Amino acid sequence: MTWFISQAYAEETPATATPAAGTTATTAHEGGGHGGVFPPFDPSTFPSQLLWLAIVFIALYRLMSKRIIPQISGIIEARAAAIKADLEQAEASREASEAAGAAYAAALAAARAKAGSIAAETRNRVNHDIDSNRRAAEAQLADRLALAEKHVDDVKKAAVGHVSSIAIETTNALVDSLIGAVSHDEVVAAVAAAEKR
Amino acid sequence: MADVRTDPIHQFGIHKLVDINIGGYDVSFTNSSLFMVITLVAIAVLLLWGSSAKAIVPGRMQALVEVTYDFVAGTLRGAAGEAGMRFMPLVFSLFMFVLTANMFGMVPYFFTVTSHIIVTAALALLVILTVTIYGFYKNGTHFFNLFVPSGVPAPIVPLVTLIEIISFLSRPLSLAVRLFANMLAGHITLKVFAGFVVTLTSFGFFGSLGALLPLAMVVALTALEFLVAFLQAYVFTILTCMYLNDALHPGH
Repeated sequence: MTWFISQAYAEETPATATPAAGTTATTAHEGGGHGGVFPPFDPSTFPSQLLWLAIVFIALYRLMSKRIIPQISGIIEARAAAIKADLEQAEASREASEAAGAAYAAALAAARAKAGSIAAETRNRVNHDIDSNRRAAEAQLADRLALAEKHVDDVKKAAVGHVSSIAIETTNALVDSLIGAVSHDEVVAAVAAAEKR
Repeated sequence: MADVRTDPIHQFGIHKLVDINIGGYDVSFTNSSLFMVITLVAIAVLLLWGSSAKAIVPGRMQALVEVTYDFVAGTLRGAAGEAGMRFMPLVFSLFMFVLTANMFGMVPYFFTVTSHIIVTAALALLVILTVTIYGFYKNGTHFFNLFVPSGVPAPIVPLVTLIEIISFLSRPLSLAVRLFANMLAGHITLKVFAGFVVTLTSFGFFGSLGALLPLAMVVALTALEFLVAFLQAYVFTILTCMYLNDALHPGH
């Protein structure tokens, strides 16, 4: 660019050709320190940069697609799979524990029902035993009562029978001692008449 | 100009390290080539060694690698959808290369690969060629729908199409120049202020006192340049993702 300006300057002022040539020379000399142009715009370095960029970037791309990305995504997938498996296992464990809880509750209810039935059965049997024992005891008592009553009746009857004979004997003895002998038959008839009154 | 301590352009100079000439082209191994290779090695070491443990619960390095990967994958997925993930190697390579080259550029005496327009232009052309070739391969002539947005009234369709074509053609230019100019301008600014410090300290005590101001400026600019170095890598990446989205879904 500097060179173009210098040339234009040279064309416009042909009279001062020597200074213009001097400027061109100076510019060229100064540029020599930096390879002629601003380094990023120096086309002489382009082939080298392009080739080495291509080599490096192709190597990087191949490394990425063949090694690095499979490795990293493998780690991330393995972690996701591990987390998923753990969650599934936790879910299965939770379901198992819930099932166990339900089974426990069912077993508890069944045991309660069984205990209740055993208690009721036992109560019934005991009541039945008590009833039968009581009935037996009552029957026994009734028998003994009947016997005792019969005995009392017998004794009473015997005693009543004795009363007539004692009255006859006493009357006989009294009459005998008061008025003399009387027939036994008269005394009996008199006692019977007195008893009737 | 001759003093390399204060010359802001000197840092962009390319020097041959190994002279190579193939078919008349000068393809010497230069300081630029060296830093490209260093960038490649650094990326490979960081990403491969960092993720080598393959742990379910990541360590520090693996967490760094995974965060970087997720960041780029999230950007790509957000801009181009799940179908865009087929371009993950390209996008991740671009992001890591530009970011690492920019960050190496922040180290004193290191060469900034991305401060040369031929490098950024080559990367931008790679992106645009990928978009164009894949766009036609995937969509055929439907790729031209990119230039005719749907829902535009018929009378202004030619105008909109013209604007869309200009916008499409200016993409590689803006992509290349944005990165190049940011890196170039940032490094020149840093060097100019650092040069003030050198010049002022040569003027004795009061000069050194006055040099504190540009020194503070250099410190602040260095922080800013680290931000720019990351931001430009991110901008390059997200624009790549958006252009790839056009190739995948040209119907706006």
